[in-house]
This record gives sequence, structure tokens and C-alpha cells, in this order.
Amino acid sequence: MYEELLLTILLTSVPLVLAATGELVAERSGVLNLGVEGMMLMGAVSAFGAAILSGSPIVGMIAGAFGGMMTAAIFGLFALGLATNQVATGLALTIFGTGFSGLIGAPLVGKAIDGLPSLSIPLLSDLPLIGVAFQLDALAYISILLVAFVAYFLKRTRWGLVLRATGANHDSAHALGYNVLAVRWYAVLFGGLMAGLAGAYLPLVLTPHWAEGMTAGRGWIALALVVFASWQPWRVVVGAILFGGITIMQLAGQARGWTIQPQFLSMLPYLATIIVLVSISRSGGVLHKAPAHLGRIFYPTR
Amino acid sequence: MITLEKRTSVPQWLRYATPLLAIGVTILLGGVIFAVLGYDAPKALSVFFLSPLSRADQIADLFVKACPLIIIGTGLVFCYRANIWNIGAEGQLVLGALGAGWVALSFPDATSYSILILMALAAMAAGALWALIPAFLRVRFSTNEILVSLMLTYVASLLIDWLVRGPWRDPMSFGFPLTPLYADAALIPPMILPVVGRIGQLHWGVPLALLIAVIAGIIMRRTLAGYQVRLFGEAPRAAKFAGFSPSKVTIGVMMVSGALAGLAGAVEVSANIGQLQPNISFGFGFTAIIVAFLARLNPMAVILAGLVVALAELGGDAAQISLGVPKVVTGLFKGLLLFMLLAGETWTNFKISVGRKS
Amino acid sequence: MSVTPLFEAKAISKRFGDFTANDKVDFAINPGEIHALLGENGAGKSTFVKMVYGVLQPDDGQFYFQGQPVSLSGPQAARAMGIGMVFQHFSQFEALSVAENIQLAMDQNESLEALSRRIESLSQAYGIPIAADKLVADLSVGEQQRVEILRCLLQSPKLLIMDEPTSVLTPQETEQLFTVIRQLADEGCAILFISHKLDEIKALCKQATILRGGKKIDTLDSETHSKHQIAEMMVGTSISAITRKAGAIGTKSLFEAKGLSRPADGPFDITLSDISFSLYEGQILGIAGISGNGQDELMGALTGEWRDPSLIAHLSIGTDDLRTLSPEERRRKGVGFIPEDRNGHAAVPSMRLTENSLMTSHSAPEMTKKGLIADDVLADKTRQIIADYDVRTPEANPLASSLSGGNLQKFVVGREIARAPKVLIVSQPTWGVDIGAAQLIRSALLSLAQQGSAIFMISQDLEEIFAISSHIAVLHDGHLSATYELEEMTPEKVGLLMGGAQGERA
Repeated sequence: MYEELLLTILLTSVPLVLAATGELVAERSGVLNLGVEGMMLMGAVSAFGAAILSGSPIVGMIAGAFGGMMTAAIFGLFALGLATNQVATGLALTIFGTGFSGLIGAPLVGKAIDGLPSLSIPLLSDLPLIGVAFQLDALAYISILLVAFVAYFLKRTRWGLVLRATGANHDSAHALGYNVLAVRWYAVLFGGLMAGLAGAYLPLVLTPHWAEGMTAGRGWIALALVVFASWQPWRVVVGAILFGGITIMQLAGQARGWTIQPQFLSMLPYLATIIVLVSISRSGGVLHKAPAHLGRIFYPTR
Repeated sequence: MITLEKRTSVPQWLRYATPLLAIGVTILLGGVIFAVLGYDAPKALSVFFLSPLSRADQIADLFVKACPLIIIGTGLVFCYRANIWNIGAEGQLVLGALGAGWVALSFPDATSYSILILMALAAMAAGALWALIPAFLRVRFSTNEILVSLMLTYVASLLIDWLVRGPWRDPMSFGFPLTPLYADAALIPPMILPVVGRIGQLHWGVPLALLIAVIAGIIMRRTLAGYQVRLFGEAPRAAKFAGFSPSKVTIGVMMVSGALAGLAGAVEVSANIGQLQPNISFGFGFTAIIVAFLARLNPMAVILAGLVVALAELGGDAAQISLGVPKVVTGLFKGLLLFMLLAGETWTNFKISVGRKS
Repeated sequence: MSVTPLFEAKAISKRFGDFTANDKVDFAINPGEIHALLGENGAGKSTFVKMVYGVLQPDDGQFYFQGQPVSLSGPQAARAMGIGMVFQHFSQFEALSVAENIQLAMDQNESLEALSRRIESLSQAYGIPIAADKLVADLSVGEQQRVEILRCLLQSPKLLIMDEPTSVLTPQETEQLFTVIRQLADEGCAILFISHKLDEIKALCKQATILRGGKKIDTLDSETHSKHQIAEMMVGTSISAITRKAGAIGTKSLFEAKGLSRPADGPFDITLSDISFSLYEGQILGIAGISGNGQDELMGALTGEWRDPSLIAHLSIGTDDLRTLSPEERRRKGVGFIPEDRNGHAAVPSMRLTENSLMTSHSAPEMTKKGLIADDVLADKTRQIIADYDVRTPEANPLASSLSGGNLQKFVVGREIARAPKVLIVSQPTWGVDIGAAQLIRSALLSLAQQGSAIFMISQDLEEIFAISSHIAVLHDGHLSATYELEEMTPEKVGLLMGGAQGERA
């Protein structure tokens, strides 16, 4: 019983981890991309379509990543290339992605695919209770590897440092001779790739069919998660499990006739995010604050 | 490689041409996308943009559809002019509907239309208070209003979900998440025009929306309050030097836009639905952002912009029926339009050149 | 004669449009020499050193490094050659550590650990204590500057440029910095030290090159020349044409400021300490000083954009206490203000002139009719300002951005004088405007004073100060000097006060 619950929580949190980690990288470079929901939907429809055409969920996964990345490229073209307002551009991307995925996916409605198989890790998967964490699918394991990679990249590598510097102060980074826009392009494309994978996870693992708007707000939760995690990769994982846990708890709670209303449980992630936002803007420390130049428009002069 | 160079002076024609151009390019790109996906592009476009205009009652419905967009868009114009980014109008709309609904459900036997005034006031108060949360947090703790107002949108939709499934549910609704129907006096009556009578769904909320946009235009252009907002958005330091308080402007514009979004919620429910249900808005709060941009943050132009965007919405309905594409496809056009408007904004302010820098 | 200078500049010129920032400047520095570059604001110091560091390119002239002609295409090229620079307003990444900040600025790749070790050993060698893993946000400005210096030292420079390094330091920190500079010079590094503080230059530098109006005036031995001589060369002696007609100065005090203090908000802000002055009818009190000595902070405190009644003992016009009033309320009491920056502060470029004139008169009753802005009154008023102050406009009511700097400034000044303020507080009334506009503005100020108003004029232009002030005081490092009568002041004395040589009253 508890194992089942834990498994569901973990499965629910995988797409959140993927999408939030991608957005985290973009935001660390100074780009606020509110188009996560749109990129996830494009990833989901690409993955589902490719899986049907090829019959392979692996091909679907790759197509999902690619679809998310191409959608992010649209954002890059406007917000970076044309220096448009990032908030409005991100909203446009979500609206556009919702519509476009609906159009592409219209012929796919009602079809079904074989999802990604689960890969049990010998020995570990036999552990009591937490063993379920080792009976997941390939993409779930990959998502943890990607978090580890991002954490290492940001903290330990020179390019990670340059990326953080770009988000902290793009004028100084430019003055030091770094190509701010190039850094942000990579970050935005990586964010799209991750959102695409996150979207792909829905039809490939969670529900093996396509429905318009099937992400159901997960992209927005991922955005909240980045703030909740105060831009630290591993905290995204903790946050995603908490967020995922809350979602599942209300379903389980309903079944057991809990008195607390499920809607109030669902509000918790958003309220928690607001509280985190307020507390980081109050505290003097700079380490867990939003990147100083997050969402600011940059265009090189000279 | 795109290079941008700030324009030293902006030609006047460009300010007017870019929104029109954006609409044109959007339709063109939309057609290309339809064609690439194997649809009959000219047919698809005509279904989207011409069929909703073919009859008088359809044109009336266009106004009905535009009504909430115009009301919300007008409020957002104030925010965005002041450089305050309220993107939570959707949540403020829901709170407005709840405020009005609370009044309507408290007086199930109301017979006087004066209840509508009470409902409007309750809706505006609820919407304004919901918007006050991000405004206060921004003024007090400099918390990012974009993220807070967005988060509160989800809280609001969960709140209405709980109310209509729980405490406010009609015991006679057979388990459906619906409140009791409002009293007749709490419903916005349809407009009966001289000679033609009723056309389409046209109701009294529509002239109200137009009136609001016009009044807002006058406030923005002709009063000190509007001047304050514009000055603050253009040059905050100059606004401070002129003696205006940044906190008051921030709170003021947020509450105005919240109040108008709330009012839109009340009108939408009271004119078109007649009771509360979990989904009372189809993203009007977000779509109105496009309307505000399309109007280039000019309240009077919000009317036209609202009609254009409403056309895409109605086109979505028509396309669902005759093309078999889901209604969300309308988002394709709305998204493209917003992209093109933003690009047009850049083009207005910068000289854009593509290619390698010398 | 036998020594080849380490670095030499011959006939370097740089123009920005019509403005010549550097006019055939010659300069030479030897290894181990500490060489001062002196001059007022706008004398061309920054332009010159930016060219030496490769940030700007000269239009004419040639640089030589160790006798070889070189072209400095960018900072990277300069660094590769062994030229380092510590900027006055350096910008560091607050959210990053000291070592990370330095790593970002290094051209060669080096692991963070290795770099941290080098930083710590170098900081010990020069007695500049700094922890490599600390966040820059947690450092004082003085410590942040040490990071900048360490960054330069890590590249073993042969020539180190320091742009007003002491402007952000306490006296103790300044002393420590001088020790480091002397140690560097002993090791053979040449130091180009930019400053306007004469005491420091006398204490530290052997040679001084003086720029004025983009031209090199002289290179002299700073040890054998007196501060008076140096100040005179820096300011120029041509200031004699006093156009001011001696008007009657009343005995009635119109405006009083006493014990005004203001803490610094940011790292580059100046703390104002205990500023006091009085303004009398008909008086023009000129406030001289190099920019960045508290002018902006003082202006903000006087306009009311910054206000904290607990930090100001007394601020009044007549019998009215101004301390808690907003800028507009102060204007209603009869004080006019003209801030220095006409782009986004005193005026809004993206708005029309009528809207710009409304900025400082919106609470006047005649400006609104039944809640609406009285467009006709506003248009009349604007037209009047345009006519009275000879504002050349491309159309009747243009955007402020379409006016030239001089015309916009005439408009801004006219807008305030048209309100007939009893007291006018103005900063840099003729900064960056053409001679014609400057003359019109100055005579407008003079005639306002002759009508009995008092004027408080912050200006970095000594010529302007001497041309129209009746009294002069000097703002230095957040302190305001005593007020002197024009007759007892000489440019040389002002120069000394500006350089911080307080109390050397002749």
C-alpha cells in the first residue's frame, strides 16, 4: 500500500524535476521563460507522435526533447534575438504551444502506445519500502543524473560560473568579454530540452495516450518549484517530491475520507512558493536570491 | 545574428502600422501552418476569421465575447503603463465572480436590479483585494509581483473549485459542482435594441465594457491620476521628483486592474452562466494580456483589440465544428499574434538588422 | 636620457562627435614610477586612461610600450601586454565569491582551487587580507577594491592604472593602499594614479601630469611644486571675467538647512555629514566640488526625494518646516528645484513638453478643471516658457527627446523660474549644453536673484561658479565648507578645498 503510494509520488514528481531543472538553468542565466507549459505540451505531442510512427518509446523520448528544444528556440528568437519582454514572450509561448500541440495532436487523439518499460535495479529494488525507487523507468533515472549534472556544472565548471555571472549581472559579464546572448541561448535551449523530456514523460510513462492540454498546469508548478528551490538544483528534487506528494496525498486522502479539503492541499505548493518568494526578498543574503538580472532585457551595444 | 540599434526617433506611422502588420503576419503564418499540416489553408482561415462575422447575431456575439477581454484589458493597461506586471488577472477574475456570487446567493429572492450594483461592488472589492496581495508584497518586501500574482491565480481557481463542490453547492444539483441559479434580478439582462430587438447574446455588460474603456481612456489621457501612472512607467525617478509616491502608484494600478478583472468575472457569470461552476473563465485573464499589448497600452484601443482577439476565440469555436480541430487551436493564433506584437514593439524602438556584424 | 620609458603616448587625440576629449596628449611613465594624472571633471582623464587600457581607441597619435609602437585593440590586448586597471566604479558579481569573480576576469584557465591558493598567497605577500571563498556581497567597498587590485596583481602587471582608487576608502584604508602601491613600485611596476586630491598626490607621486580641457598642461615634479601651484594649473587662471553685477543681498534669511546628515545607501554613495547653510535674499551660493562628493545625495535631500526628519536638524523656508514634505509640497512652499539629469529625472524624454511642464506644477489649482487636466492652461504655460527662454522646438509641442540638450535644459530651467520660486536649488545648470544656452541660463539665474530670490547652485564648472555666484562654498566628501564671499575666494583656494585640503585658510 505505502509502496504503491510512494511509487505514484515518485512518478508524479519526475516531470516536475525535469522541467524545473531546465527552467532553473535558464533562470540562472537571467532568462525568465514562462513558456514551460507550452514547451512541455510540444514535447508531449512530439514524443507521442514519434512513438506512434516509430513504435519505439525511446525514439519518442528523443523526439520529445527535440520538440521542447525547438519550441524554446522560438522563445529565444524573440526574447533574446529581438529583446522582447520575457514575461509576455513566455506567455505567448505557452498559449502558442497549447494551441499548436492541440492542432498537431488532433489526429492522435484516441490512439495508444507502449510506454517506457520500467527497469528494476537488482538488489536495490528488493529493499523494503524504498525499493520502489529502483523500479522506475529509464527517464526517471536519467532525470536524477541530469540534476546531478546541472548541480555539478553550475557549481564546479568554468562555463557554469560564466552562466551564473550572466544571470547575476549581464552588463559586467559583457564588459568582461563574455557573449551574454550566446550563454542565454544555450541555457534557454537546454531549458526547452528538459521541458520537452518532462512533457514526453506524460504519454510515455504516466498515461499512454495524447490529450490536448494534458500537462494540466505542471509547467506552472515547475516554475513555482524553481522559486521554491531558491535556484538550487537538488532542492528541486526535494520540492518536486513534496509537490508530487501533496497531489497524490489528496487523492489518497479523498479515498480515506480525510476531513481536509483536497483543494486546500493543492493550494499548498503555490502558497509555499509565495512564502519562499517573500522570505528570500526579505532576507539580506544574496546566495538564495533570484539571479539579479532575471527577466531583464539585454542587447549588446557597440 | 540579429543586431539591434536603438532608434533615435520613432516615426509616428510605425506606432500605428505595427499592430496592423502583426495581425496580417499572424494570419499569414497561421495559414502556412495549416497548409503544412495538410489542412485547406484558405478554408481554415475563412472559418477562423470570416465565418464569425457573416451574420448580425454573430457580430453581436463577437462583442459579447470581447466584453470580459475589454474590461480586464483596460485594467491591465494601467498596470503595464506603470511598469507593474500583473499577470494574475485570471485569479482576480475568479475572486470577482466569487464576490458577486456571494451577494447573489445571499439574496436568492432578490427582485430588484439594484442587487446587480451590489454584486458589481462586491466583485470589484474582491478582485482588488486579491490584487492587493502581490502589490503589498512588492511595496513592502520588493517581492516579484509577476510570480506572486501568477501563483495566486491557481489558488483562486482551487478556491472556487472548493466552494462550488463544497459549501456553495446546490443540494439539488445531483452531485454536479454547481451553485444554485442566481435570482433573475441578479442576471444581467439581454439588450433589447429598438427595431431589431434582441440580437445574439448581446447583453448590458457590453455597453458597460465600452463605457469603462472610454472612461479609462479619459482618465489616462486627461487626469492627474493617469498622468501619474504614465510618468511612473516612463521615468520612475522623474515621477518621484514630481512628488508622486511609487508605493501608491503600484498599489493603485494593481487594485484598479484587480477590480476590473473582478468586475469582468461578475459580468461573465451573471450574463452568460447564471450560476457558479468550477470553470467560469476560459483564460480570459491571460488572453486580456494579449489585448492590452495589441492596444499598445492605450485604453480606447483596447475596444478594437478586444474585438480582434475575440474573433480568434469565436473562430476557434467555428473551427472545432467545421474543421474538427480542437478549440485550443485558437491559442495558435493568439500566441502568434502576441509574438508578432512583441516583435513589432522591438521594431518600433530599434533598427533591426540580420546578418553578420562587420 | 638613457632610460626608455615603459609606456609612452605621443600626440593622442580622441573626439566624440564635435567634442574633443583629448587633444594631442603626450605622456610617459618609467618602470617603478608613481605618476599622477590630474584634472577637473571633464578634463579628459578618463578618456585617456580608457585608451591606455584599450577600452577606447584613439583617433590620432601613437602608444609605445618599451619603446615599440603598439596598438591596444581591447582590454585583453592591454592585459596581455602587462597593463592592468582598477576602475573607480568597478562592478563585481555580488552573488559570486571572491575567487569566482577573479576567475571570470582572468584570460587564462585555472582551476578555482589553484586560483584561490594564489589569491591567498598574494594577499599575504602584499598585506591585503582577503578570504578567497567569501561572497563579494559580504565585503565592504574597500575590500571589494582589494579584490580588484588582487585581480590585477595576479596578472603581474608592468603598468597599473588606478582610477580614483581612494574615493571609496576610509583614511586608514587609504594608508594601507598607499603601502601596497609603494611596494609595487619598488618591485618595478609603474603606477598611473588618477586623483584630484592634492594631499594624496603630494604624499604618493613623484610626477604629475595635468590635463585641462582635454589638453596636457604640463608634467611636473609633484614634490617640488606646492599644492597652490598644482591647484592653479588644474583649475586654470583664466577665470577672471566676472559678469555678475553686484546686486543687493538682503539680511533676511530665506532658507535654512542645519545638521543635515544622510547615510550612504549603496557602495558608491557618499555619506553626508552635518551639512548646514543659509540662503539670503538675492544671494547666489555656488557649491563647487568634484562630482561624486555628495552632490546627488545633497540634491535628493533638498528636493525631498529622500527624506528622514530624524536625520535633519532643521530645514525650512521662512517659518515653514520642510523636513517631512514631498518635492511637490516643497515647491508649493516656494522652493524650486532643477536636478542635474534632464533625461529621466528633471524631464522625461519620451513625453511631450506640456507633460513635462506639468511635472512640477500639477498641484496648482489652475492646472485642473473639474478633475481634468486643463490642457489649454498647460499649453499656454508651455508656450510661454518656450517663448521666454528661446527654446527651439521642431513643432509646437514636441517630445522632449526631440530637443537638443541645450534647448531641453533651457526649457527645464525656464519651467522652474516661471514659477517665481523664492528659493531655487539647482544642480549643474549648464552641464553639457552649448555656450549660447549656457549664457541664457546664467543670465536667467542672475535676474531671478536680482528680483530677490535666493539660489543654491551646485556646479562642477568653476568658471560658472565664479561667473555668477555671490558666495561660494565647497562640497568635499559629504562635508560642506564654510561659506565665503566671492571677493575672498580665488580659484586656487577653491581648488585646495576641492582637493580636501581643509583648514589651510590663507
